[in-house]
Amino acid sequence: MAQTAEQKKAREGWLLSLPALTLLILAASGPLIIIAIYAFLTAGEYSGVIWDLSFKAWFQVLFEKDIFDGTVSLADAHLTIFWRSVRLSLLTTLLTFTFGLPTAWFIATRPLKQRALWLFLITIPFWTNLLVRTFAIMEVLRVEGILNKILTGLHIIPEPLQILYTDTAVLIGMTYVYLPLMVLPLFAAIDRFDFRLIEAGYDLYAGRLTVLRRVILPIIRPGIVAGSILVFVPSLGAYVTPRVLGGGKKMMIGNFIELQFGAGRNWPLGSALALILLLIVGIALIFYVRASASENKDG
Amino acid sequence: MTNNISVDVRSARKVYDATSGTVVALDSVSVQIRKGEFFTLLGPSGCGKTTLLRLIAGFESPTAGEILLNGTDISGKPPFERPVNTVFQSYALFPHLTVRQNISFGLEMLGRPKDEVARKTDEVLELVKMTAMADRKPQQLSGGQQQRVALARALAPEPEVLLLDEPLSALDLKLRKEMQHELKRLQLETGITFIFVTHDQEEALTMSDRVAVMRDGRILQVGNPRDIYTRPVDRFVADFIGETNFLSATIDGKKVRLATGDTVAASGVEAHSEGAAVTLAIRPEQVRVDDKGGLAATVAETVYFGTDTHLHLTLGDGSELVARLQSPPSGEIGLSPGAKVSVSFTEGAVQVLEH
Ligand SMILES: Nc1ncnc2c1ncn2[C@@H]1O[C@H](COP(=O)(O)OP(=O)(O)O)[C@@H](O)[C@H]1O
Ligand SMILES: [Mg+2]
Repeated sequence: MAQTAEQKKAREGWLLSLPALTLLILAASGPLIIIAIYAFLTAGEYSGVIWDLSFKAWFQVLFEKDIFDGTVSLADAHLTIFWRSVRLSLLTTLLTFTFGLPTAWFIATRPLKQRALWLFLITIPFWTNLLVRTFAIMEVLRVEGILNKILTGLHIIPEPLQILYTDTAVLIGMTYVYLPLMVLPLFAAIDRFDFRLIEAGYDLYAGRLTVLRRVILPIIRPGIVAGSILVFVPSLGAYVTPRVLGGGKKMMIGNFIELQFGAGRNWPLGSALALILLLIVGIALIFYVRASASENKDG
Repeated sequence: MTNNISVDVRSARKVYDATSGTVVALDSVSVQIRKGEFFTLLGPSGCGKTTLLRLIAGFESPTAGEILLNGTDISGKPPFERPVNTVFQSYALFPHLTVRQNISFGLEMLGRPKDEVARKTDEVLELVKMTAMADRKPQQLSGGQQQRVALARALAPEPEVLLLDEPLSALDLKLRKEMQHELKRLQLETGITFIFVTHDQEEALTMSDRVAVMRDGRILQVGNPRDIYTRPVDRFVADFIGETNFLSATIDGKKVRLATGDTVAASGVEAHSEGAAVTLAIRPEQVRVDDKGGLAATVAETVYFGTDTHLHLTLGDGSELVARLQSPPSGEIGLSPGAKVSVSFTEGAVQVLEH
């Protein structure tokens, strides 16, 4: 295609964005480079690193050496944390989708004038600090909290539930926190969806569930994939929510990394873990790009 | 005889709740559509054609009245339990499926065996001449091709009734003519009852076995195209189906007396009492223009249309009349404004409207 004069001019003007580019490259890749280097150094005695090449951190990610007899075994605690992180992130994605789909559907089917209001309401939680919101959830889930008061008050359960400081608490908290990130892309996809296709489905003998499965879900797939990535990625690296609602006992990768830089005094291990987290996220993103690329090829 | 009736609409009424109050989209409509016929709902935009189709398809339920298919009431059934398929005005093809997958969708949903689905799909693809495009996505097709796929998709499950909501309105004139023939051919080949919606009177006349003319949620007249054209029941039908001259007259014995004082022969006189004021409908092509022997008229204007020339005439009492004459080879009709002529009507051309 022939380039217009404007396009050419815009291309030549890229130098103007140099300051922004520099900042972006330094701010994004700088810390990453430091982390990548630290992961191959030796841990300092109290904190920091000693500039000696070492792969010990990578070994420690999965294995531990007994301090008395020197036998090597799998680091069960680490595996538990990895598994919990992945499992809770996947479950959070699933739950936000389960709640997010009807919500997004509801908003997308409101009259045009009301939609802005509903979308606005969805974004209100972002106005408050994450920590404050997480403490609010804590207040709800506490043994003497609102949830237990209601449930025991209504005689649905005889004893208050111990939800706080369990995986369930972390899951509830993360679902609450990341729900808007699922709702917004789903809404965008449903908003573009041609509702007449539902009638076409019914007309061709598909029942309600079949129309959902064979017509609606495949067509809004880009929104589902985008929402899932937007929820899964930050869930995996979540720090505040598992810290507060998991009470430090139910750690996720984020907390574990923090621990290495703090009380654990093992910066190289923390760096290696951070890189592994980055790798998992990278794989998730590749999946996303693949999924949306095949969508484009189809369309 | 009810066994040759496919769709029987009995006093169907549909009221929508809109923000601006309620809208009566259909006002007690009754109509019987015969098996295997090409039935057309004709009327201006907003007269309730789509609403009637949607009631038959099951997308809406009637506020009152019932709808029977082959003698059984289907009013309470959801669309996926009715052996009725729709060709949507917007086509509504599934964008994530190929042409072939779109067409086999209905058959799959009916739980037909795989080989039957494949065979039937190929058959229908052939029928609408889209075999070469079978693996394309709908977005890669032109409007006319999408139209064919929509048609094929609705035909594949071999429904009892096919509903078509202005399926040709988005096509350009040439393609529309082509598809009109195509539709007619498909209807004859498959023998399926077609209920076709259009606001184009010519389309309705050329394609249909019978036509129902609708206005404001009511059916004004049902009949075959010739009946509707030659014997419209009222001014609206006469005007909607082609151009018509309307003249006021009074019943005078077996004839009618015009405002000019002349009497002319007319059909439909019996339905009215002596001296009643009535409206006459006369098609422009049935008006003859001579030198003498008829009503005195003055040429007001001549408009050349190619094959035809329209002659706008003024009668003695000032009422206006249009005559459509075949243009002579020279194109010059030889009458200029102000010319005095004599007007008469072809035998049976003057219709007294029922109301
Ligand atoms: N879902 C609806 N809600 C409110 N009014 C409607 C709805 N659908 C149709 N109408 C109204 O009912 C009348 C008939 O509409 P429709 O059947 O679509 O007419 P047509 O297809 O002949 O153009 C119109 O006045 C239209 O505005
Ligand atoms: Mg319509």
